[in-house]
Amino acid sequence: MTISAAPAVLPAPDPKPGAPRPRRPKGGGLGGSRWVAAAFAAPLLVYLLAFYAYPLIRSIDLSIHDYNVRAFVQGNAEFVGLKNYIDVISSPLFGQAAWNTVVFVFGSLIFQYVLGLALAVFFRSNFRLSGILRALFLVPWLLPLIVSGSAWAWMLNSDNGIVNSFLQAFGIGQINWLTSPDTSMIAVIIANIWLGIPFNLVILYSGLQNISPDLYEAAALDGAGPWRQFWSITFPLLRPVSAITLLLGLVYTLKVVDIIWIMTSGGPANSTTTLAIWSYREAFGTGQPDLSPAAAVGNILIVIALIFGFIYLRMQRRQEQS
Amino acid sequence: MTARRPWWKTILGVVFTALMLFPVYWMLNVSFTKTEDLRLSPPHLFPTDPTLEGYAEVLRQQLPNLGTSLLIGLGTVALTVVIAAPAAYAISLLNLRGGRTLNFVLLVAQMIPGVVMAMGFYAIYVRLGMLNSVWGLILADSTVAVPFGVLLFTAFMSGLPRELLQAARIDGANAWRTFTSVVMPLSRNSAITVALFAFLWAWSDFVFASTLARNSALKPVTLGIYSYIGNNTTQWNAIMATAVVASIPAAILLVVAQRYVAAGVTAGAVKD
Repeated sequence: MTISAAPAVLPAPDPKPGAPRPRRPKGGGLGGSRWVAAAFAAPLLVYLLAFYAYPLIRSIDLSIHDYNVRAFVQGNAEFVGLKNYIDVISSPLFGQAAWNTVVFVFGSLIFQYVLGLALAVFFRSNFRLSGILRALFLVPWLLPLIVSGSAWAWMLNSDNGIVNSFLQAFGIGQINWLTSPDTSMIAVIIANIWLGIPFNLVILYSGLQNISPDLYEAAALDGAGPWRQFWSITFPLLRPVSAITLLLGLVYTLKVVDIIWIMTSGGPANSTTTLAIWSYREAFGTGQPDLSPAAAVGNILIVIALIFGFIYLRMQRRQEQS
Repeated sequence: MTARRPWWKTILGVVFTALMLFPVYWMLNVSFTKTEDLRLSPPHLFPTDPTLEGYAEVLRQQLPNLGTSLLIGLGTVALTVVIAAPAAYAISLLNLRGGRTLNFVLLVAQMIPGVVMAMGFYAIYVRLGMLNSVWGLILADSTVAVPFGVLLFTAFMSGLPRELLQAARIDGANAWRTFTSVVMPLSRNSAITVALFAFLWAWSDFVFASTLARNSALKPVTLGIYSYIGNNTTQWNAIMATAVVASIPAAILLVVAQRYVAAGVTAGAVKD
């Protein structure tokens, strides 16, 4: 997720978009007319049109034309309508990429969330050094993905990796983490879980801070142990925050390219090719950029991301209203 | 809660942190390993016989790339703050019409996969001849940071005491002057958070760099590492040494600006 997460695990800032702002009297804004406000916002509007809207229009344009390299230079690509989309969806790789995306996203999310939550609960009680240790947990999230990706690739190297030599000490034979189609997905998911734990930890930890300590004291007086307290207080009260963490994680994990590309390039035998990787590879992974199908895959990915994105935004809004 | 602070929790916490940071330790360890020791089985767990071979390689090959990354990072920070701060001011304090819609657009913009943006930028840059340019990368990298910046600034500025701004107005300050001498100085912490993240994202960027600057003379360090992995799989000490150097900004951030980092991560995903 990265936030790249990361990246991938990049957290979305979302400063209360729907929060009702106190209505100010008309014309009583600070310092003048609405034209002044528009002038301050103008650079952003121009920016969004030029660097968001236009690239997106270009990517739609790519997906409904047949852009080969020559057409790209001359700018006379043939209009083909939805042909690229039909080709992509009926390709045998589509099912596999979609399934890989599901496995990658849910495999990552479940473990990131469970481990993040366990750590958040663990760090909730302020023991000595807890602040410093918690800060250190942010490290994986702050590192450039290329750094984490290459570190994991070397650790999981079949012949010389530390993971295999550790496992050998327990009599487990060599596992070809990144070079066997059976384990490659597990390998990239492990790396991605590692990348996503900090994000989950920070968000869930701050969610825990909003649960009143009185509740725990009352529960303790009633004889509830830590386990019981977790399931009767922490988990239910944390549900809204959990939902938001997971949905946001989902949207961000869907578009992960870096970590998979760096570790496996989507291979071997497409075993780690997610939709995002497929799109990236068609466009930039080979010497011959094949932008039209790549854009079609990418636009399908946008639609999926936006569906979950809107669910997230609705949930967020509902939570603010309550 | 202060009454009992058991040591065993601290010990457990240290163990968890050590496990979590093992890959980082391993990167450091490998970066100090001699080339001939890289294939040892089992590998040395500690850099008992450290070498700076890897780092010598970094100095020889990656210095220009580090400079390029620095330039791109700083450019992205400047562009992001210049665009985001005034817009947030308009949304939060000047009653911009459609401000809420704009906020919504920014939230949605953050969900667009980078690979699609990269393709769009690629198609545009081919025409304009902007492929492989530092400016092209600064523009592309800023698209990650600008929505974040506007949302973060907006959240902060909406909380500024209105009396202060009205006082400025009564004193005869116009909107611009209020912005530069009242709002921005008060928003210093938000500006730091936005700048830190903009820098870190631009510095770490791989997707835009690997698509828009593939054949660039000026490569960012992420591409430097990537081409290393591609061509030179024997010298993992040099790769890891470059990775260590490329992690320095993150390390500085963590030490100097940890509270801004946490503020950026939680900004809004949870309301408090």
